[in-house]
Amino acid sequence: MFKKSIFYINLLFLLSISCTDPSESNENIVDNFDRQSMLENITDNIILPAFDDFSEKIEVLELSVITFSNDLDLASLEQVQSHLFEAYKTWQYIEMFSLEKAEEIYYVQKMNTYPATVSKIENNISTGIYDLDSNNNNWVAQGFPTLDYLLFGIADNASNTLLFYQNNDNIAHLKYLKDVVSQMVSITEVVRQDWISIRDIFVSSSDNSATSSLNTLTNDFIYYFEKGLRTNKFGIPSGVFSGNNTRSSKVEAYYNSNVSKLLSLEALNAVRNFFNGQTYNSASSGKSLKDYIAYMTEDTILNDAILTKFDEANQLINGLNDNFVNQINADNDLMIAVFNKLQEGVVLLKTDMLSILSISVDYIDADGD
Amino acid sequence: MIKTINTYFNRQTSTAPLAVFRILFGLLMCISIIRFWSKGWINSLYIEPDFHFSYYGFEWVKPLGSYTYILFLICGISSLLVALGYKYRLAILVFFLSFTYIELMDKTTYLNHYYFVSVISFIMLFLPCNAQFSLDVVTKNKSYEKVPSWTIDSLKLMLGIVYFYAGLTKINSDWLCSAMPLKLWLKSKYDLPYIGQTIMQQDWFHFLMSWGGMFYDLSIPFLLLYKKTRSFAFILVIGFHIATRILFPIGMFPYIMIFSTLLFFDSNFHIRILEFFKNGIKILKIRTTSLTNNTSKQIKNYTTHKVSHLVITCFLFFQLIIPWRSLLYPGELFWNEQGYRFSWRVMLMEKAGSANFKILDSVTQNYFYVDNNDFLTPVQQKQMSFQPDMILEYGHYLGNHFKSQGHKNVAVFVESYVSLNGRLSQQFIDPLANLMELKETFKHKHWITPLNDEIKGF
Repeated sequence: MFKKSIFYINLLFLLSISCTDPSESNENIVDNFDRQSMLENITDNIILPAFDDFSEKIEVLELSVITFSNDLDLASLEQVQSHLFEAYKTWQYIEMFSLEKAEEIYYVQKMNTYPATVSKIENNISTGIYDLDSNNNNWVAQGFPTLDYLLFGIADNASNTLLFYQNNDNIAHLKYLKDVVSQMVSITEVVRQDWISIRDIFVSSSDNSATSSLNTLTNDFIYYFEKGLRTNKFGIPSGVFSGNNTRSSKVEAYYNSNVSKLLSLEALNAVRNFFNGQTYNSASSGKSLKDYIAYMTEDTILNDAILTKFDEANQLINGLNDNFVNQINADNDLMIAVFNKLQEGVVLLKTDMLSILSISVDYIDADGD
Repeated sequence: MIKTINTYFNRQTSTAPLAVFRILFGLLMCISIIRFWSKGWINSLYIEPDFHFSYYGFEWVKPLGSYTYILFLICGISSLLVALGYKYRLAILVFFLSFTYIELMDKTTYLNHYYFVSVISFIMLFLPCNAQFSLDVVTKNKSYEKVPSWTIDSLKLMLGIVYFYAGLTKINSDWLCSAMPLKLWLKSKYDLPYIGQTIMQQDWFHFLMSWGGMFYDLSIPFLLLYKKTRSFAFILVIGFHIATRILFPIGMFPYIMIFSTLLFFDSNFHIRILEFFKNGIKILKIRTTSLTNNTSKQIKNYTTHKVSHLVITCFLFFQLIIPWRSLLYPGELFWNEQGYRFSWRVMLMEKAGSANFKILDSVTQNYFYVDNNDFLTPVQQKQMSFQPDMILEYGHYLGNHFKSQGHKNVAVFVESYVSLNGRLSQQFIDPLANLMELKETFKHKHWITPLNDEIKGF
């Protein structure tokens, strides 16, 4: 009986091996989607160049802060302010990659948790005791929102801001400004170096498991779209999570809110480029989620739907006031309209795309039927 | 007629298959509990979440906080006692109750194979699985060479129902005409060595697996019944379940099914397995004289009580009927999921959804959205987002939560979208339906927006 069973098992193995005989199946191979080349494109042409560019911009910002602290004149202050804007724009291409080292050291939280808590910042400055590396409570007192406060929120215009820093009583503020920006430079470098060193391992982890590169990258992309873009930039300020009580003080770059529209347009562009596999700062593109969806669905219906949502959201944002604080006070419904449009995008990414790509939701590890 | 029935219930067969089944079932259950525990799932599924999804009528069944570990411990110990056949009736009763309690604690984790375990352990309550090769034989000094054959037949029939119904439900247009959802799942297995980037990506292979799976499920009970095809069928069983084990995350289920189908083999086969166990025990240098029946009082036939006959007959009849209850509901079964559970519908759907809950003050019309992360774990969110009864239950929970926080005139709405078997997502629940005004019942849920497509078949 058992001998017979073993014979059958062997037979089954032989049969299954003959099924995978390469000479036979080669003819049948449809052009198989290469996930590794998608990961390579995303890593080499999107993540790494974005980090290179951002790290350059943040270093330029640091230099201009140092120049300002030495010269303390209007020209150098304006230089700092414009470099801050440049870095903040580029940051929009970085924030969605909250994985690997960035996740480990809470890079995104440290760089851009807004709104900043002014009392926390002032307390840090007056006591002179603070640890920006700690993961406890200093996220709201560093990064872009804190720079925004120190450079635009400390006085009502540039000349008064200059007067503030020229006052010797406020030397601690100047020191804090330098500390915050140098912290941003150093953690950015840590994350950038890590990307360079893990590149090969990262692109080869193309399997479909809860911890593979493809899955974490896709989940982080969706998380960013839902939280970073939809909720933080539009949902919370427009009050959809707080019973229609608008929270205009929670817009990104609150103290220089003239740039809020531009920042959100950059963020949406970053999302679209990632989805399309478009090389950072270039028109060329490579393998991306879009191609993967097309491979799985064998049509373009879902892709078209997603890209249409991106376009429609772009149009709606373009119709807003440059300054979201003004927009919220004048006509908050238009802010909510963007939120709703982005929500439609969330549905397509989270429901349709994940299901089509059979990518499991983050951190779920359980049996199925 | 009655005479024939009585003759059937008195027909005797070897006890060995039942003994083997008891030992393997008990051991596998024990391993399952240990595996579940070691993966940290007791904590992440039953202790961490603040809210648990209940079954209709079983709202009182809740996790017991840190005592949940004790519940699992009891379940694990009782399964081991079942394997040993020590105080068997009590052990299997405790196992059935504790295991079923665990499954009733949260609907989120519903799996057909957990239901299968509950069903089988319920049947085992009425079977003399300890009649041979058990510690009960040693302590009571009674061993039975034969048991009524209906006892083994009832388990075989139950297994047959599971397979056959699983096959029947595969006869639908998504499964057979589009190879959905297997196509999506198999294509995503590109990382498997050799086959991942070759046959897993082939259309013909997706259809082969879909059609093959259907024919397998429909025919395997019969192939196992007939002696001539039995060995071949068992090879198929092994091949099929190992394949599903490799391809899908289905835990212990394949092993449970493989070992259960051993029941179909004749008694000589099981006697040899018992001999094998005895030799194993001898190696351990444990005195086995009493186990091997030499000293214990040999009783030829075990007679079962008429109540058992009645209970098991009714139960199996119930099992035959219950999967058909979905026919009582209008609309698309896969979409509405009314009568979907407890029907051996296995791996038929790739369903994903997103559900955004809106809390509205119906007087001031002020509203806000809920962040589901504040209330549910990712696993719960995923399951809730495409199952109407869970959406309703969670909606009520949210409404009551915000009422207790002092919100007035609370109305709860949900904007939800679901994608089914690769279709583009569409609205799932009527966005104008105030969930607070709806009640969970067995009636048709008219507040589900119908699927704008038709899936033909079972």
